[in-house]
Amino acid sequence: MTYHLGVDLGSTTSKAVLVDEQERVVGRGITNTRANYDVAVEVARREALVDAMLGLVAPRAGGDPEAIAVAFRVEQDLRRLGRLRELCRTVAATIPGEGARLGPAMDTILAKLQDEADALFAGAQRDRGSFFRDLVGARFYATAEASFERLGVDFERLTGVYDRAILTVENEVEDLAFDRTVRAALDRAEVEPSAARAEAEREAGRLARKPLAVTSVVGTGYGRARLPFPKEQLRSEILCHGLGAHAMFPGTRTVLDIGGQDTKAIQVDPRGLVTSFQMNDRCAAGCGRYLGYIADELNLGLHELGPLALQATKPCKINSTCTVFAGNELRDLLSVGERRENILAGLHRAIVKRAMSLIARSGGAHEELTFTGGVARNPAVVDALRDLVARHYGPRTINIHTDSIYTGALGAALFALRGTPAVDLPVKECQGCTD
Amino acid sequence: MSRKEASMEAQKAMLADYFRRLAAAPGERRPVVYTFVPGNLVELLAAFDVLPVYPEINALQSAMRQRSSGFIREAERAGHSEDVCSYVKCDLGMMMKGNVGPTGEKIPPPDLLLLSFTGCFTFLKWFELLREQYNCEVAMLHVPYQGDGVITQEMRDYVVRQLRNEVIPKLEKVSGRRFDEAKLQEHLSRSARAEEDLVHTFHAARRRPSPIDAYFGGVYYIAPIFTSFRGSEAACGYYSALRQEVDARLAAGEGPVTPEGTLAKERFRLVFEGPPNWTSFRDFWKIFYDEGAVAVASTYTRVGGLYDRGFRHDPSKPLETLADYCLGCYTNLSLPSRVDLIAEDIKTYGADGFVFHSVKSCNSFSAGQLHMLREVEAKTGVPGAFIESDLVDGRYYGHANIKNRVESYLQMLAARREGQEPPRAPEGSP
Repeated sequence: MTYHLGVDLGSTTSKAVLVDEQERVVGRGITNTRANYDVAVEVARREALVDAMLGLVAPRAGGDPEAIAVAFRVEQDLRRLGRLRELCRTVAATIPGEGARLGPAMDTILAKLQDEADALFAGAQRDRGSFFRDLVGARFYATAEASFERLGVDFERLTGVYDRAILTVENEVEDLAFDRTVRAALDRAEVEPSAARAEAEREAGRLARKPLAVTSVVGTGYGRARLPFPKEQLRSEILCHGLGAHAMFPGTRTVLDIGGQDTKAIQVDPRGLVTSFQMNDRCAAGCGRYLGYIADELNLGLHELGPLALQATKPCKINSTCTVFAGNELRDLLSVGERRENILAGLHRAIVKRAMSLIARSGGAHEELTFTGGVARNPAVVDALRDLVARHYGPRTINIHTDSIYTGALGAALFALRGTPAVDLPVKECQGCTD
Repeated sequence: MSRKEASMEAQKAMLADYFRRLAAAPGERRPVVYTFVPGNLVELLAAFDVLPVYPEINALQSAMRQRSSGFIREAERAGHSEDVCSYVKCDLGMMMKGNVGPTGEKIPPPDLLLLSFTGCFTFLKWFELLREQYNCEVAMLHVPYQGDGVITQEMRDYVVRQLRNEVIPKLEKVSGRRFDEAKLQEHLSRSARAEEDLVHTFHAARRRPSPIDAYFGGVYYIAPIFTSFRGSEAACGYYSALRQEVDARLAAGEGPVTPEGTLAKERFRLVFEGPPNWTSFRDFWKIFYDEGAVAVASTYTRVGGLYDRGFRHDPSKPLETLADYCLGCYTNLSLPSRVDLIAEDIKTYGADGFVFHSVKSCNSFSAGQLHMLREVEAKTGVPGAFIESDLVDGRYYGHANIKNRVESYLQMLAARREGQEPPRAPEGSP
């Protein structure tokens, strides 16, 4: 079996998708880009490979493969949390004059987080797209706020140490002991000992010693020029989104992709090849970053915006998707007592209006329209899109895949499968295997 | 360009000499006339021995020397909006800062503002501002728009009447000379000679590989004939040398010269609409030549005349030919005529695609471009690319964004050309 990797270095997140020669998606990986493309791509790639390896092992172990996969992710997060605690102690010790008090205080908070870890990582809200940073961050801040006085330290100091430590944890290429993690995951998923489980564990050991080999790789996304690939192995994300959307929904003729700092409207032919496209110019108004800014302004999590906007009773009219102007409008409306929900509904609609202009410029919304990119996960944007597309173009099927964030990487993997020469990313050897 | 060709060296020397003569003009009591490139009447000006100044050329020269941002800031400080044409602001800013030209020599104030083309409505306002500043004589030539795509005898007569009754008397006044038709005819015959060689150069792009880049290289080729040198011996010499160089490249089967040497492999043949970005001209060009994309034709190289469509200055009808020239330049064409021209270029030059570069601060010519793009696509079946930046305002040029768009477009063309078989839809998710 050969494996083909697509890596999508987005401005906000970096994604990797591994497909086999049957064009089946066998692994996915995602991480925050955080302006460090080199690390991000390695993290995403490693995650996709591990995901694929887990996909080979979990179904043979005699338990529920999905439960094993969830347990595996929990084990990974627990390992990261342990590393975070260790780093917090180290960073705190470097603060002049305060290390002696800060170190133990950080340790107390992180120990509490470890106690709560099962609920934190395995909770109902957990999905594949939620990052360790987001899961742990909210809990850390809440715990620190509740306990800093008792611990006799300054709250700002605690968060300062945390911010430095989490950045390191995120930017470390995980030294994963695959087989050990598989065993822990099987225990966590309560898979009974059996010949099947024993064989699955042996397979995990074999994979840990000799991970899957990638036959070909194609890179795409905003940071693709950073990849150490020859030009033939780089594809524009526009082509990759077109092909990826076609692979997910073969009836796709129009693709709308709203990412961190780009919005693209793409027309594809029945083969998934791009025939026309339009994207925003250098101004990133109305893209994912805009929502991030609004979330910050309102002191909300990004994922909370859409559901709140859906509660609007009378959406406000927002005139601008320029981040700066919209920020002003937002504050103006709040100051005259407008409800947050109504303002948010207006802001979401403004984003879609801007996207509609790009759709029109690219040639219109044809049957079927596939919506991709991180913003496709926002239910208020989706609602507004459905409404405005129906008004402008009549009834259209609007496809949104639960894994739409991987569309570009999938397209890249499929381009890789088409016979791009094999120059893989430099692989860092796994050092943590015990078998 | 890495390999300076003789024609490039000649052009550089011509420009340096021009700015020197300009700086010396007040001392020599030689009148100076400010005018614009489209529909310029340079042969007529030469017949009166006055020197032309092209504010938009100064603006683009300033931008290529990275000086336009400061001038634009200056104009904005004086109250000109961010949305105003950046050529105008660059020119006004330069004037406010002492009117020192691109070569560091002072540009003298105008004795006459000659508005010889009205297809760009901003030109009117631009000269109104300059008139206020310089309080000098103004001559306005109203050029009827080719709304129906043809030049009628009435339109020609109307322009000729204005030349006789408005432009020539004003030139006589500021120069103190009588109109000498024979002298004008001499200039016009030299113009026609140079025009012949220019057309030969641009037609060379029909060959594969094209020995020229008709947009990024083309802006150098048009510089003398679109500005102060048309009708001069120097221009005849320049175009004759250029023709020989292009013929030599044709014979050798060589591609165009880029700033990094001769292009090794022509991968894409493109037609361009709209002027280039001047603040990042080299970077902008590099995006294309790095991908082996060559401009085989462009509309920008016709703003100073559609010579390749047969127009030549005709010394036997001196005023009528000037009228035809003003009426016929690209900027005076209607949207359908522009669409037809681009569609024909795609066919004539065997282009794989076409690129519209839309200019943020140009309301006159960027309007309708998207519609034009769709029309050209419909007529030719060739997909077009649309990119946006500005003429001389660097704030509107986003290199990564433009590079991404262009690369995406070229990859799209390549995928279409290769007709790759797409993979089957994968099983499972996503």
